[in-house]
Amino acid sequence: MQKILVVDPEKCTGCRLCEAACSLHKEKKCAPEYSRIRVTKWENQGIYIPVVCQQCETPICEVVCPMHAIKREPSTNAVIIDEKSCVGCRLCAQFCPLGGIGIDAKASRLIKCDLCDGEPVCVEFCQPKALQYIEPLKLGTMKKRTAAEKYSEYLKNILASH
Amino acid sequence: MVWDRKIAYVNLSTGTVSKKPISRKIRELYLGGRGLNMYLLYNHLKPNVDPLSPENLLLVGSGLLTGIPCLGSGRCDIAAKSPLTGAVGDSNIGGFFAPELRFAGYDHLAITGKADRPSYLMIKDDSIEIKEASHLWGKDTFDTQKIIRREEDDENIVSLVIGVAGENLVRYANVRTGMKNAAGRTGMGCVMGSKNLKAIAARGTTPVEFTDPDKLLTYCREMNDMITSTRWAKAQSRWGTMIIYSNTNTTGLIRTKNFQLNRLVDGEDLEPENIDRYSVGTSGCYGCAVHCRHRYVLKEGPYAPLYGEGPEYTSLGAFGTMLDCRKMETILVANHLVNKYGIDTLETGGLIAWAMELYEKGLIDDKTTDGIQLTWGNEEALFELIRKIAYREGFGNTLADGFKAAIAKVGADSEYYAIQIKGMSNLHSDERPTPSFALGIATSTRGADHLRSRPAIDMYGLPGDMLKEIYGGSVATDYSSYDGKSRMVWWQELLYAITDSIGVCKFQTVFCAVHAPKWQEFSNLIQLVTGMKISKDKLMEIGERIYTLERLFNLREGFSRKDDNLPERYFTEPTPIGLPVARNKKIDRKKFEEMLNEYYELHGWDNQGVPKTETLRNLNLDKEPSKLL
Repeated sequence: MQKILVVDPEKCTGCRLCEAACSLHKEKKCAPEYSRIRVTKWENQGIYIPVVCQQCETPICEVVCPMHAIKREPSTNAVIIDEKSCVGCRLCAQFCPLGGIGIDAKASRLIKCDLCDGEPVCVEFCQPKALQYIEPLKLGTMKKRTAAEKYSEYLKNILASH
Repeated sequence: MVWDRKIAYVNLSTGTVSKKPISRKIRELYLGGRGLNMYLLYNHLKPNVDPLSPENLLLVGSGLLTGIPCLGSGRCDIAAKSPLTGAVGDSNIGGFFAPELRFAGYDHLAITGKADRPSYLMIKDDSIEIKEASHLWGKDTFDTQKIIRREEDDENIVSLVIGVAGENLVRYANVRTGMKNAAGRTGMGCVMGSKNLKAIAARGTTPVEFTDPDKLLTYCREMNDMITSTRWAKAQSRWGTMIIYSNTNTTGLIRTKNFQLNRLVDGEDLEPENIDRYSVGTSGCYGCAVHCRHRYVLKEGPYAPLYGEGPEYTSLGAFGTMLDCRKMETILVANHLVNKYGIDTLETGGLIAWAMELYEKGLIDDKTTDGIQLTWGNEEALFELIRKIAYREGFGNTLADGFKAAIAKVGADSEYYAIQIKGMSNLHSDERPTPSFALGIATSTRGADHLRSRPAIDMYGLPGDMLKEIYGGSVATDYSSYDGKSRMVWWQELLYAITDSIGVCKFQTVFCAVHAPKWQEFSNLIQLVTGMKISKDKLMEIGERIYTLERLFNLREGFSRKDDNLPERYFTEPTPIGLPVARNKKIDRKKFEEMLNEYYELHGWDNQGVPKTETLRNLNLDKEPSKLL
């Protein structure tokens, strides 16, 4: 089964290694403005949320693209922009509700995650595993387990107080 | 190419800005960061300038490798003549400022003069603007950053700021960024305050380019794996630098009640595991896979709600052991306060510990302290004094000028109790059982300090062969020995000069981890980034050049061998408690002087600590100041 890129903001330490590695891999230079993934921060509250394309099953970017320049790559299931067909109208960036499409620093190109042909570099650099590349079914199990752990803590507290 | 990047000279008196590329030639001699800052300081600052005068030069420099995805490459080096010591002022800060400065197109800033009103620098993609900051004056370090982002309508701006302590010219005011990062030592925030400079804000979109980006990506991953596979990094990822406390306090290597004990008895609440009660996760600086900062929340108690980051091992000592405060919460609150006001945690704790001992000994009383009872463990007194120092009120004003001035004011009797060297407070470590550490704090160019040389791996009792391989000469495996320890200190001084110049974190080299990246790895990274081939030996030579230049600066300012000394108590009072290895230990004066001689010899300095003519020639320092930049 094709894997998906999963983000767990609770594990993110805000170090931005993902941004530096992504731009170095994709653009051969380091600059967050050229990274496909960005860490959004609320520094004074200590909240860090990596934002990256979720490769939706029904991509809004694909729907709104007047040039049909957004397609799915079957080998990875990634939604990719065909740069030859793209005219740079930026509708995809405007309509994506997840902030999955970026505009490069010179505002000349739209950039988005293509899952690095099935080996996402950001995941390899993410030490705390806030980014994981896993099978979709595992996400379901993982989330259920985390929820169950919280639930069991809650039950234990109730039992302890009686 | 990375070595072809720019420096901006900013004159705050005239409002002029000029830009210049940094040549490859100067990069080959000094790399960047601290190395280049020291070159600029030595070249552009006239001798014996008042550190608080507009003439003092404030230098801000990113490292040669800043921006790459490994080893915490976001370190920024801030230098000037220190208003605390009168010697080299230099402090290194993590966070996200240095990369943002690079993305804005600049590697170094050299700031002189004094703005006629509170101002801040806004650096945005090549443009540098001096902006009005009257409305920011009086704001704390957190709000200042927030307001700049809001006003500029850009959440990605990263700023170096000062708090009220810097504005009030507290001599050890620091420069801050983010929730916790601080260029803590030697009063660089005080220099900013003296220039009416509230903040330096940066935002950039220019990429940093590399000679061999593909190999660099692979190699960076290797470097991250190399550091995160060490046990030290694993522990640090979990508990931060606080992890050191578990070992040092048990052994008896922590100064307690200023310098009366070497272990905090009943200090269990300060054990690093207890941070779990407050922690909501950890934070990393730019490009760091270790992430050693805790994000903590105080939900209950008189100081709640409070969110902060840290604390470091340093603050456990500064506000814990040295003051005989035994509660983690005390540390968390004090840590938050010093960050808010922008004062160095260590200097603050060191001075208050000194004052508490003076109070106990009757050398000062309630009249001197404005009625504050400076009894051991009095956390209310601690919080109040932090505020009074930042605002320079009453006794806080006395302490705000640092040890040299405070001793002069309080009386000569008080000097004996001051654990300071060259006018700067020492860490809360007690170096009497560890001669290598003791030598390092005595020789540090910026005053009592562990980050210039601390050979922390001396504690591990490593096999002699291994030590020989690392240090290139014979070193005793026993940390209480004096043999070969001068070599350790000398070697670490050169290594740290390099890490501070390439802009990687000291915790990701041979600090506490033996198998961490060092010379060869740095040499490889430099080549992949810039194309410059600098061998291990050449790198050591650059480290020697930087350290010797700092020495020349201090000699020019009147420092000499007599200042490479320890507080008298190190020689006279043996450690009273601790494990047998740390108990009943003091520094042997004769052996200390011998170590110092050996240390000078290794640097190529004469027995007065003056670099020999041939050393200067070999290091290309014989024609300084050469004004290449």
